[in-house]
Amino acid sequence: MRLPLNFIFGCMLIFFVLTVAILSLFWTPHNYSELNISMKFAPPSWLHWLGTDQLGRDVVSQLMVAAQNSVQVALIAVFIGGAIGTILGLIASAIGGIVEDVIMRLADLGFAFPALLFAIMLAASLGPSLNNAIMAIAFINIPIFARVSRGSAKQIWQREYVAAAKAAGHTKFTISLDHVLPNIMAPIIVQATIEFAVAILAEAALSYLGLGAQPPQPSWGRMLAEAQTLMYLAPELAIYPGLCIIIAVIGFGLLGDGLRDITDPRLKGNK
Amino acid sequence: MAFFIFRRVANFITTIFVVSIIVFAAMNVLPGDPALTILGLDATEDALESLREKLGLNEPLVKRYLFWVGNALRGNFGVSHSFSVPVSELIIERLPLTVSLAISGMICTIILAFFLGVVAAANHTRSGDWGVMIISQLGIAVPAFWLSILLVLLFAVKLRWLPPGGFPGWESPAEAIRSLIMPTLALTLVQSAVLARVTRSSMLEIMRQDYIRTARASGFNSRRILWLHTLPNALIPIVTIIGMQFAALVTGTIVIENVFYLPGLGKLIFQSISNRDLPTVQALVMLFAAIVIIANFIVDIAYSFIDPRLKERT
Repeated sequence: MRLPLNFIFGCMLIFFVLTVAILSLFWTPHNYSELNISMKFAPPSWLHWLGTDQLGRDVVSQLMVAAQNSVQVALIAVFIGGAIGTILGLIASAIGGIVEDVIMRLADLGFAFPALLFAIMLAASLGPSLNNAIMAIAFINIPIFARVSRGSAKQIWQREYVAAAKAAGHTKFTISLDHVLPNIMAPIIVQATIEFAVAILAEAALSYLGLGAQPPQPSWGRMLAEAQTLMYLAPELAIYPGLCIIIAVIGFGLLGDGLRDITDPRLKGNK
Repeated sequence: MAFFIFRRVANFITTIFVVSIIVFAAMNVLPGDPALTILGLDATEDALESLREKLGLNEPLVKRYLFWVGNALRGNFGVSHSFSVPVSELIIERLPLTVSLAISGMICTIILAFFLGVVAAANHTRSGDWGVMIISQLGIAVPAFWLSILLVLLFAVKLRWLPPGGFPGWESPAEAIRSLIMPTLALTLVQSAVLARVTRSSMLEIMRQDYIRTARASGFNSRRILWLHTLPNALIPIVTIIGMQFAALVTGTIVIENVFYLPGLGKLIFQSISNRDLPTVQALVMLFAAIVIIANFIVDIAYSFIDPRLKERT
């Protein structure tokens, strides 16, 4: 089978982002938080590949650690939101009736709260922090995964092998776990990949607004917020973090599209 | 039709009601003492107690919720701690800017997205289509706040055509419009990327229908087929996305106003967070959530006018 181009490009970009993020756990060209005022706004050189910022900190090192931060937030938030949403979707499809109605109406309600509004509420009551940003991003993922898993699970419940399992006396719980969940993993993984892209954008926006990563933790969004105040002095500082966000978002977006093309070829070229 | 509208209105009221509970709970039930949040860690117990008394925090939660909702329904959102004026006054003062930004952003988004989507569908699998798809893929990946910074770098720092931020007030309309050009552009470019993709894909779906082939075989002009036969029938998914986009656009204004230092509701919400002004944050979050719910409600109702078959199904 020939793999779709978007899948291949997506894999390449994500491989690059993940490699940088993992590498930053062990090695960065410089200590990302090391101040060196005498070297402030240094231009790109062999010593500092993309130069330094207003406090003389190495830009590449900050971008690398920020990549790790973004990937971590996206992974945790999408995992939490995806797991809760999928469980709710499975319960809704297995039980049906009022329980299904209530779960799906609650899921609809979740759409009334964009991540930003939720993060604002948490920041106002608990104070701004990266954990609250993760909670906000996880929260918006719950209704998305509940819808996807319930929709896919409902189809699986119509299959003959599920009818056979029912006839054999299996409970709804074991059928959901043994037969339904494994068969709805494909659309859930596709959705998760797409939601990674959304989560990276959301984390960047929240950190930019001061509701996510707090100093001295580097984040692409926070680096942009700092760079904005220095636009007349060092405009290039506002370019690099944005490019990193785009690479990560496009990578996960293409990977999600590619996976969808592979798992459901009917949708190919029609998105 | 009446039953359809009744069901939608009932759904709308329930949603608003539950959302109001969530907003109230998030601000009042989550761990943390609002009085401590407002006064800070150095506050004395006496000061905290008197503020709790003043804010009614010693009352039972249900009573406080009913009091808040009852007042909010009469347009009274309480008094802002940081500005010492009624929150409703602050909202009325700043609403025109946010609404202008959202509406101008929405109109420009629809125009640009329809144009790009129709061009892409009409040139399916040719260079025009690829061009639009690549632009829209980029548009989806670019964060609005970064695009705003790039626009400032180009039009304010480099070319010096437009102001980098701020708002001179409506007293000088020309200057006011000039300062809204970049924010509108930033909102439009990002939002139209999504809408253009949906327009294209919906148009392609309709273009495969038999009646379009018949129209072509009957010798109708291809432009007429595109704009009069295909686009109106492709509108249903497009309207859904427009509704969702309006919601995204309204929350997008929160970010954009902060990038361009525009004194609208988005800026106010962040000022209120840093000033620990909980009544203002609570009112604004509820207002933004209500706008999102109202946008979805209007889309629901709009469906039935665009495609009367949907009324029968629901």
